[in-house]
Amino acid sequence: MLVLPQPRGEISEAILAALARSVHPLAAPSPAVPIDPLSDEDLQLALYCCYELHYRGLPGVADEWEWEPSLLALRRDLEACFEAALTAAVPRPPPPGGPDQMDLALRAVADADDAPSVARYVERHATVEQLLELVAHRSAYQLKEADPHSWALPRLHGPPKAAIVQIQTDEYGNGDPARIHAQLFADAMDELGLDARYGAYVDHLPGSTLATVNLMSLLGLHRRWRGALVGHLALFEMESSVPNRRYASGLRRLGYGERATAFFDEHVTADAVHESIAAVDLAGGLARQQPALTGDILWGAATLVALDGRAARQMLEAWEDGASSLRIALPAGRGATPSSAPS
Amino acid sequence: MDEARITSYRDGPLLVRGPFRLEDQDGTAIDAGRDTIALCRCGKSRTRPFCDGTHRLVRFRAPSGAESRHAG
Repeated sequence: MLVLPQPRGEISEAILAALARSVHPLAAPSPAVPIDPLSDEDLQLALYCCYELHYRGLPGVADEWEWEPSLLALRRDLEACFEAALTAAVPRPPPPGGPDQMDLALRAVADADDAPSVARYVERHATVEQLLELVAHRSAYQLKEADPHSWALPRLHGPPKAAIVQIQTDEYGNGDPARIHAQLFADAMDELGLDARYGAYVDHLPGSTLATVNLMSLLGLHRRWRGALVGHLALFEMESSVPNRRYASGLRRLGYGERATAFFDEHVTADAVHESIAAVDLAGGLARQQPALTGDILWGAATLVALDGRAARQMLEAWEDGASSLRIALPAGRGATPSSAPS
Repeated sequence: MDEARITSYRDGPLLVRGPFRLEDQDGTAIDAGRDTIALCRCGKSRTRPFCDGTHRLVRFRAPSGAESRHAG
């Protein structure tokens, strides 16, 4: 991230103003409950800033802010609001017949998803500008891909731990920095003429997109949500191969070459392996080991479907209206020329 | 791991873990590019012999264990 994001309301303004100074007790306003916390601009940006302190930090912000009790207290209030909205919006899916049926229960969660498919739209219809917008949206997560789920590692043991480590090892490039999935995504952004620097598009991203990332941070930072975090990852891996094939094919349709499609192509094959490991060995393995977490695992999967679906609807509705799906449209002409356009 | 382990996943691919060599019918090696691979079991993948997740789209159904010869 190059500079601190622009505030979007009372809470984010108070937090960002405080973070620019050295660490001190924060006198922030008590957050009022917004109409729709799951897409509220102020709440989601405020949470996003609080969470970034636990990843790579924010530009110019003292490291000590990460554990400043007054900021953590405010974050807890914001999280309570976010969690209450999630609980209200996402019903708990029916439990499986047993841990050996976890893959079927997770698949039922995926099959119940009635949101329109952004991947299908990108494959067939998206313009270059819309494709670049999609990549900007995705950059909020993909430039730190796998990091939120890595918080599950010290909280698991035995078979589910071995399963998640196998998945994360692939995500982190099997020891090759050039193959780290976040790096492949940065390469794709670069090839598309987008700014691949971490956090470059935060000001552009609507609250509904930030919420999809904040969800992972919420589940990742709280050990009590380890079951939901595992369910979130499992569904993410299960629903990844086919959409990524569609994204790659949309890029090729628009004339982009290998460097732009590598990230998406890699996910088709990698996630075809991860799908089974995540559903059966990781999610099923955790349910077998700790049956009390079964409900949380499925709910975590359902929260992914719910928030991704909301973000997808908002994106496609904007495009149908001929509008930008971002808060601030990308600069005109940005990346509009594929380097390997067919003649 | 001393030997390859092949796991058949319900309604999904065959996962191969451990030391293995993948080759075509002429014995030419097929580069898997990774240590654990998923082999297509539904027949509909566009990246055969590897799985590309298409089994979900075609609603491929198969048990994890062996099918009985006299079933159905």
